Amino acid sequence: MVPTNYYVILSAILFGLGVFAFIFKRNIITIFMSIELMLNAVNLAFVAFSQALGKLDGQVFVLFVIVVAAAEAAVGLGIIILIARNRQTLNVERVNLLKL
Amino acid sequence: MLEYLWIVPLLPLLGSAVTGLFGAKWPNKIINSVAIGSTGLSFLCALEAVREFFESGQLLFHKEFFTWIAAGNFRAGFDLQMDQLTVVMVLVVTGVGWLIHIYATGYMAHEGGYYRFFSYLNLFMFFMLILVLAANYVLLFVGWEGVGLSSYLLIGFYFLRKSASDAGKKAFIVNRIGDFGFMLGMFLLFRAFHTLDFQTIFTSSTLQGWPVELSGHLGTLTFACLLIFMGACGKSAQLPLYVWLPDAMEGPTPVSALIHAATMVTAGVYVVARSHVLFAHAPTAMLVVAIVGCATAFFAATIGLVQTDIKKVLAYSTVSQLGYMFLACGVGAFSASIFHLMTHAFFKALLFLAAGSVIHAMGGEQDMNRMGGLSKKIRWTYLTMLTATLAITGFPPFAGFFSKDSILLSAFQNENGGRSAGYVLYGFGLATALLTSFYMFRLIFLTFHGKQRYDEHKVHVHESPRTMLVPLMILAVLSIIGGWLAAPAMLGTGPDYFTKFLQPVFGGSEAAGPEGEARALELTLAGIAVITALIGVTVAFWLYLKRPGKADSLAKSLRGIYTTLLNKYYVDELYAAMIVKPLLWISTNVLWKTADVAGIDGAVNGIAAGITAIGDGVRHTQSGNTRSYAVWVVVGALVVMAVIFFWPSGGKPVLGMLR
Repeated sequence: MVPTNYYVILSAILFGLGVFAFIFKRNIITIFMSIELMLNAVNLAFVAFSQALGKLDGQVFVLFVIVVAAAEAAVGLGIIILIARNRQTLNVERVNLLKL
Repeated sequence: MLEYLWIVPLLPLLGSAVTGLFGAKWPNKIINSVAIGSTGLSFLCALEAVREFFESGQLLFHKEFFTWIAAGNFRAGFDLQMDQLTVVMVLVVTGVGWLIHIYATGYMAHEGGYYRFFSYLNLFMFFMLILVLAANYVLLFVGWEGVGLSSYLLIGFYFLRKSASDAGKKAFIVNRIGDFGFMLGMFLLFRAFHTLDFQTIFTSSTLQGWPVELSGHLGTLTFACLLIFMGACGKSAQLPLYVWLPDAMEGPTPVSALIHAATMVTAGVYVVARSHVLFAHAPTAMLVVAIVGCATAFFAATIGLVQTDIKKVLAYSTVSQLGYMFLACGVGAFSASIFHLMTHAFFKALLFLAAGSVIHAMGGEQDMNRMGGLSKKIRWTYLTMLTATLAITGFPPFAGFFSKDSILLSAFQNENGGRSAGYVLYGFGLATALLTSFYMFRLIFLTFHGKQRYDEHKVHVHESPRTMLVPLMILAVLSIIGGWLAAPAMLGTGPDYFTKFLQPVFGGSEAAGPEGEARALELTLAGIAVITALIGVTVAFWLYLKRPGKADSLAKSLRGIYTTLLNKYYVDELYAAMIVKPLLWISTNVLWKTADVAGIDGAVNGIAAGITAIGDGVRHTQSGNTRSYAVWVVVGALVVMAVIFFWPSGGKPVLGMLR
């Protein structure tokens, strides 16, 4: 039996990596993937706590998160394709129409 | 009609509204019929009301038509009343007003803004009637302010001329100073009596039991009376607020006749006479009224000596005669004051209208130095003006003789402030009579006699149309017979009918009429007054007809006095230096540049600039760069976590607020 705090620490590391990648990467696809990474880090924490506390609430939440993530992936990828078509680039620095 | 007394003031208001709103494109004839019709009808209604008043045995009529203001125990209603004093005032206002309306249709025939003129003139009639019919101080004040407004509008009638619009403003502002006092007086009365209704105040047990505030004693009533008199000073052009009246001559001549001679300026006298019960309880205030009146009478008469503008002479003469009326009020001869008010309304209106006729004949010329020898060319104007002059200078049997005589007699008999005060007042009154006869005959001689000093090729002298002459003749007749009501007392064949008529109003406040030896005194004084007037005429005759050059050389040898008089004692300049300039300086430098620009504008603009600066700084955090937002989110999350982990007791005090 692996102690719960191992899972939690792994989850924190994964989430941290996701945040780091989200902030510092420029490719939109990579940023998108880092968001997925953060979501899954949270999922991991949910499942770990669910198992530790012996309650199913966490697992139900995970299912919700997966569903939402799937939908988000569909919408997000659609947006990315449009950006790629219109701007001929995936560099987030160049997607700056709203910038001052 | 008495039950429907409100119709009397309402008719001119309707006339004013109709001509003012719809008259712009009407021909003069329709406007004439509306304006003259409404005032004429009003005059007839007033006559009918007066007839009913007499029929009812001359009992005070008082009716509350509707409540205008009700607040707590304060009530100001649209209440009208009719007593003997009102009868005199209403008939003078509507009667003389009507004649002047008729005259104005001739005088103004060729002027622009015809409908506007008559709309204002009717509006004036409305407010003046409200003023004299009102049964409480509040409604009286409505009329009081209203006539001020119409006066302002009519003085500035030729508003394209800067001097005219300035004169209008001056009249309004100077009146405002007086009105301020009048309002304070009303507040004081309300505080003392808890009402502003005339009858309630005058008959209230408080006043009956109110001890007379002896001379030198300053009680509530004295202050209230002095404040009301301050208002009267503004409206009736007394020292020190008389300065607006001479300037008011910028208005058309019928306006000068109606508003600035016959009716409106007598409103102050009317108010003092109306409040006679209060004044009778305040001898100090009475003495002030007498002194101010007497001083004004003399002061204005001296200025009138040297003026060359025909209307200016009459303006100063008006101020002087109003001073007489206040002198009479001040020595307790209220009925004499109202008597002079009435006769003055006749002869001064006539003087102005005749002067207007002269100006009309001369094609707008007002300088007497450019007239002369007009008597043969405009005979009717000359005759009527001569009648009025004889009346104002007090020759028997003209109207002014009787009224002025009773004023001088009352001044002579005055005992308020000691016998000597009465003699001084009488002395100045008599001196004023001398000056009056001098400057009035100077006017007559310069205008109608002597060599003609105008260019006959340029000025086509012509007699005025009949619409102007008929009112002149009616007023001339009134100027002759207007004083005969008092004649029987003078001749010893009967009582003074005018004083007797007003007895129910003034009874308590007036000394008994002259009897026995007093009559001998009256005849003596009358003789002295006539001789004084004759001296004035003789001097004027000698200076301006016999030795035409003499007046100029006299002016030259008395240069100092002459220029002082010509510049009206520099009162305007004094006011400008003492009041207007400092006010302007304070307004410009303190109120405008410091309080407004630096203080209020500075605060508003400063706050706005500060907000802009902060916004400008904060703006840069919202860069539109998505990842910088992400950084802020992360930073925020870290802060929340830090609080949870490191704050004592799990950060509950801080996070609890968020929840």
